[in-house]
Amino acid sequence: MSHALNTINPKQYPLQSAPSLKSVKKVILLGSGALKIGEAGEFDYSGSQAIKALKEEGIETILVNPNIATIQTSEGMADKVYLLPVNPHFVEEVIAREEPDGIFLSFGGQTALNCGLKLFESGILERYNVRVLGTPVNSISMTEDRQKFSNFLSELGISTPGNHIAYSVEEALEVGRNSRFPLLIRAGFALGGLGAAVCNNYEDFESQVKKSLELTSQILIDEYLGGWKEIEYEVVRDQFDNCITVCNMENFDPLGIHTGESIVVAPSQTLNDREYQKLRNISQKIVRNLGIIGECNVQFALDPHSEDYRVIEVNARLSRSSALASKATGYPLAFIAAKLGLGYSLLQLKNSVTEVTGACFEPALDYITVKVPKWDLQKFRKVSKRIGPGMKSVGEVMAIGRNFEEAIQKAIRMVDSSYLGLSQNKAIRPSNEDVVQLPPTDSRIFALFTNILMGHCIDENYDKTKIDRWFLYKLENIAKIERNLLNQSRGEIKHELIRKAKLAGYADKQIAKALRRKSHEIRDFRKRYGILPSIKQIDTLAAEYPAQTNYLYMTYHGQQSDLKPADPGRSILVLGSGAYKIGSSVEFDWCCVNAIQAFRQMGYCTILVNNNPETVSTDYDECDRLYFDELTLERVLDICDFEKPMGVVVSMGGQIPNNLALKLAELEIPLLGTSASSIDNAEDRNKFSALLDTLNIDQPKWQNVVSEKAALEFASELEYPVIVRPSYVLSGAAMGIASGPEELSTLLQNAADISTEHPVVMSKFINNAQEIELDGVGNGDDIVIYAISEHVENAGVHSGDATLVCPPQVTPGPVLQKIHAIGQSIVRSLSIKGPFNIQFLVTPDRIRVIECNLRSSRSFPFVSKVMGINMIHVAATILAGHQVEPLSDFLESKIEHVGVKAPHFSFTRLTGADPLPGIEMSSTGEVGCLGKDYESALLKALTAVGFDFNLRRVLISAGPTRTKKGFLDCVQALEAMGVELHTTSGTHKYLKEQGIETTCWNWPGEKGRNVLDSITSRQDYDLVINIPKNTQQHQLTNAYHIRRKAVDYGIPLLTNLQIATSFITALKKYQNQTLLPMHLEEYQRPEWNFKLAEFKQVSDYTDDNKAS
Amino acid sequence: MSNRAWLVLENGKIFEGYAFGATNMQSSGEVVFSTGMVGYGETMTDPSYTGQILCFTYPMIGNYGIPESTSQDLVNSPFESKNIHLQGLLISELSEDFSHWSAGQSLDQWMKQQNIPGIHGIDTRALTTLLREEGSMLGSICFEYPDYLPEFFDPGTENLAAKVTSPSIQIFLPEGPVEKTVLLIDCGSKSNILRSLLKRNLKVISIPYHLNYHQPDFEKYVGSYDGILVSNGPGNPENLDHIVENIRNSYGKKTPMMGICLGHQLMAQAAGAKTYKLKYGHRSHNQPCVLEGSQKCFITSQNHGYAVDNDSLPADWAPLFRNQNDGTNEGICHKQQPFFSVQFHPEAAPGPQDTAFLFDDFLKLMNAKV
Repeated sequence: MSHALNTINPKQYPLQSAPSLKSVKKVILLGSGALKIGEAGEFDYSGSQAIKALKEEGIETILVNPNIATIQTSEGMADKVYLLPVNPHFVEEVIAREEPDGIFLSFGGQTALNCGLKLFESGILERYNVRVLGTPVNSISMTEDRQKFSNFLSELGISTPGNHIAYSVEEALEVGRNSRFPLLIRAGFALGGLGAAVCNNYEDFESQVKKSLELTSQILIDEYLGGWKEIEYEVVRDQFDNCITVCNMENFDPLGIHTGESIVVAPSQTLNDREYQKLRNISQKIVRNLGIIGECNVQFALDPHSEDYRVIEVNARLSRSSALASKATGYPLAFIAAKLGLGYSLLQLKNSVTEVTGACFEPALDYITVKVPKWDLQKFRKVSKRIGPGMKSVGEVMAIGRNFEEAIQKAIRMVDSSYLGLSQNKAIRPSNEDVVQLPPTDSRIFALFTNILMGHCIDENYDKTKIDRWFLYKLENIAKIERNLLNQSRGEIKHELIRKAKLAGYADKQIAKALRRKSHEIRDFRKRYGILPSIKQIDTLAAEYPAQTNYLYMTYHGQQSDLKPADPGRSILVLGSGAYKIGSSVEFDWCCVNAIQAFRQMGYCTILVNNNPETVSTDYDECDRLYFDELTLERVLDICDFEKPMGVVVSMGGQIPNNLALKLAELEIPLLGTSASSIDNAEDRNKFSALLDTLNIDQPKWQNVVSEKAALEFASELEYPVIVRPSYVLSGAAMGIASGPEELSTLLQNAADISTEHPVVMSKFINNAQEIELDGVGNGDDIVIYAISEHVENAGVHSGDATLVCPPQVTPGPVLQKIHAIGQSIVRSLSIKGPFNIQFLVTPDRIRVIECNLRSSRSFPFVSKVMGINMIHVAATILAGHQVEPLSDFLESKIEHVGVKAPHFSFTRLTGADPLPGIEMSSTGEVGCLGKDYESALLKALTAVGFDFNLRRVLISAGPTRTKKGFLDCVQALEAMGVELHTTSGTHKYLKEQGIETTCWNWPGEKGRNVLDSITSRQDYDLVINIPKNTQQHQLTNAYHIRRKAVDYGIPLLTNLQIATSFITALKKYQNQTLLPMHLEEYQRPEWNFKLAEFKQVSDYTDDNKAS
Repeated sequence: MSNRAWLVLENGKIFEGYAFGATNMQSSGEVVFSTGMVGYGETMTDPSYTGQILCFTYPMIGNYGIPESTSQDLVNSPFESKNIHLQGLLISELSEDFSHWSAGQSLDQWMKQQNIPGIHGIDTRALTTLLREEGSMLGSICFEYPDYLPEFFDPGTENLAAKVTSPSIQIFLPEGPVEKTVLLIDCGSKSNILRSLLKRNLKVISIPYHLNYHQPDFEKYVGSYDGILVSNGPGNPENLDHIVENIRNSYGKKTPMMGICLGHQLMAQAAGAKTYKLKYGHRSHNQPCVLEGSQKCFITSQNHGYAVDNDSLPADWAPLFRNQNDGTNEGICHKQQPFFSVQFHPEAAPGPQDTAFLFDDFLKLMNAKV
């Protein structure tokens, strides 16, 4: 073409039809390690998608990720899995061994990115000829350095918040003196807003500056844009400069609250076309100029009173927001990003949802999605409920609806199964102060709704919260319906009102409570009058093209469903695990995904219900049908009414589905596996206790007490110490161990309520007992397969916070055999069909059962991978109705390696929380590593959760004399290793008597520089060991300050004698040896004589197989 | 709760919802859907929608209200023309309360004022699926339950451009020094085409679509021009023979020419190509268009029911863009002469602005001519 069409001259965009990176044969992928606040399940999802993309290309994939509970580390995913810490040391070892030619850095969150940048900067990648695929490293490192990045954007004419950078306290204070408050302080190279804080005055500013500069060498002091709208764009670009904006999102909570802490809607709701396109153009301009190849997230602040904006953050990698955007649109961002990283153009990739259109387009949504964060702050002691620029939430849910009212109420129910919606919640009673002031807290939405329900005007609420009026009007719409419901005389059920309530996302139970009726009355009424939800597809193109998509949600804003039931009478419905929270996280998603895989392989049509956007299970290619919807009884019944499945699986998704078992069974919904009555017999403390008595199985003495007086009486009968577990708590502070009447009273006073309705469970606490876990699968009569793991920590630490070892290292064989026998008798008496977990308390003379769950447990992925058999696959065949005979015995199988599972705590982010594990779980994630012996596995696992084994300087505060004595060997070992020892006065005195010289620090309050100063004045400790006197000491003690300071200053902390001892013993053993990297398959795991492929769909599935 | 309203389709299907806007104005037209998620104000004032009842697939409409615009000044108005051009609007949920700094009225108020009926509360996804499966069809908005099929207005049979073209010649001057002059053939032009030209310091002579600008004294009285832009507009391109004739004459004079949407179809016809009606058209902000012969794809804003048949292009013309989803033609250009046209809307408003560079290219063509 000879004319002057310069810009559109195709020669400018040469046709390159084949991927240009054909040379890539072997790729190393870095995972994100343990789930933590700020880095959760979303990276299992992104990494898994990347692996799928690589596999499709026939590229060998090497994965480094110590998170053993992830799907990406499972069989059938990467070619080789290294369960090793994602740090430059171990990754270099793997690179040297595997010689990959490419590396992906952008699928494992900030952990992978930081590690990759270090490998790049130190020249390791170049030395081993490893090419970084996707976005160039220089661009990534620029986005990580805020000052450089801010300059880069300014040169492009793009506005950023007024900002300063400081490398020292003096520099920072200079800025503070010359700026207008409020100012926002953030740490450079931060993940998820770590250490970010708003300072309203110079005093706040000064203290925050000092704290932040201890954590990082660089802090950023920004213009504070609190109250502006916060908008995000997810942009994809290929090497041919094709650039698309897959999704935009708007935060309900305005700027000032971290996007991970905000309620977020997609697409944006209050932007007009000019604003939408303006921000879209800027996003693309940034992405083009950065040379992104793959995916990028751009965050904006938008003035609510003009078109003024600021770019506040750019993430040149897959992020939590991109996972959310993927689920919100159906566009597989991580998969596409991986393909683009391999050199594909967007035009060469298809839209896997429609199958008929391409990947180069921008999804059109015909629904709204609402994300609500899941906080679990009541699990922590002393933590503030305020939310702000730092992240505290541990998970999230996403609800899909056809209006905001419907989606927000769905989301609220997803976040916590005890919530009914915005109204009628017994468990939430916002304080008057919260309702009036509306401070940003983890429950502001409820305070806000209460405020609106009371009739406060929208403008007033806007002034207080800066939440856009549009959202407030929507809440007011719900409040109007609520008032209407409450005003119905004699709880009359009116057709039009019920319909309106359902359109606004009301649950039957919520309506019933407002009308003082029974929930089933509402359901029956609705069904009689045809007020029913429709099933709609998510198809990325708003129905413009026919799509065979299986990605579904339910809404009352529909007159017809998009599709027909999948395979009535033969399909299997698996209930997922919902929001990640403390105690229920990626491990249950692993169970669900593996169960689905097994059912699919057997030939069943599988249907999954889940609502957590951070999961692999909600990838629509994992199952035959995905309902991205509520895990409530009402919704599960709706789905059962429609799909008429052969049975429902409640044993894979943790406690949420488990809790539905009895109710579903009562309504004659068939359950697969263990019967609902058996589940109830295990869940109900009284029934289970009676069962143990019948079976002659020992258990700790316990009782439900309904008053303080009764508690004190029972405690003296038991003899202290006692464990106290209130059934209604507002904070973890009410749960604990009391060693005397005073402590017991204090604990009980912390409980929100003690009454017949909310009894307190009290049991005897047994000192120095060992905890053992039995994970297994029953076939109704016998244990088919099982594993035993022992806790490193003595009883008193929650099993989710304990370090687990499998196979057991110290428990004598006869005890293990007895444990198996007890398990066997429980399996038989409860006719357990499917997965179960039993916890034991072992003392030299007795074996007591403390808990039993007739579902898969947190440790299933760990023991499955250590043993080399997928216990969920075994369980699935039994759930599907196959008779499976016991496989070879765990105790006789020769497992010659050792697996160690270690918890990860996110206390750094939980300002003020006491970083002391107790009987209430507080870890946010875990890792699992294998080694040839216990010590090597332990070292890998502890390194993977942040411990450093190059100890130069250690601070020890060894608790009471008993623990000081117990710890003496370790201190001697440390001394022998040449570690510089610092101690608190008591420990110093004791060690001195034993002939060990240490640097002594006074306790706070004593004269001179104290131990806290020694931490804050950068004594550069590599480890702080603080063994508390008692696990129940949680008051504001000096020891607490030591623990908190250690965490605030990023110093690894050990608080448990057993784990501290194990760690130091292991260090001693390995001080002169290198831990060689081995991938999972290199550990010789026994043959289990189980082949999933031999199981097919059971054609004659009779009622006998079905549990009632 | 507002009154009920019904959408009756020519195939007899009925959708029930609630009335808003002009709630007593029975209305009829071709029922089409758009999947754009923002920009309802711009969309509704796009003259290309004349004769159509529009269904937005995005379920919540009216969130950010409508700017209070008393101005009839096309250039500075927030809209794409002076009026709403729809026969009616179909949505899932009407945002009765709106929130935006630029808003002065609600969607409902605006539609009342402009006398346009609407129905909210219908299952727009079900309606869209129906239109996708069975093709665009005629429909009527009724405010009483329709016991029998009403009469339908078929916009395909009418000369719709005549309804929306400007009645007289208008001259628009840019703020800066005039670089070139463009003759804008207004078949129902969106205001943002005008703004896109003015922004590039182009003087615009906008003429009614039917005006024969080849008549002897035209340039004498109106002024000379360096290029011609044939605008978008409503309806079937086959109803506009006389414009095709005018365009063909301009080809003879080698005047640089750009066409948009209907203008593209007319330029294709003038070149000798054929147009045809699509089953349900392209109305969205996410249509991927590939530059022929490259790996380069642009996301475009579209609103059209007819398309150019690639196979009918004469030898001296070439396809310029193609739709990545369905392979249909999205643009053509002459192999030697400075003529090109695109099916999509480079002026956007609403929708992505990724192809605004085409106006720069048009300017380059005009510059190259000298």
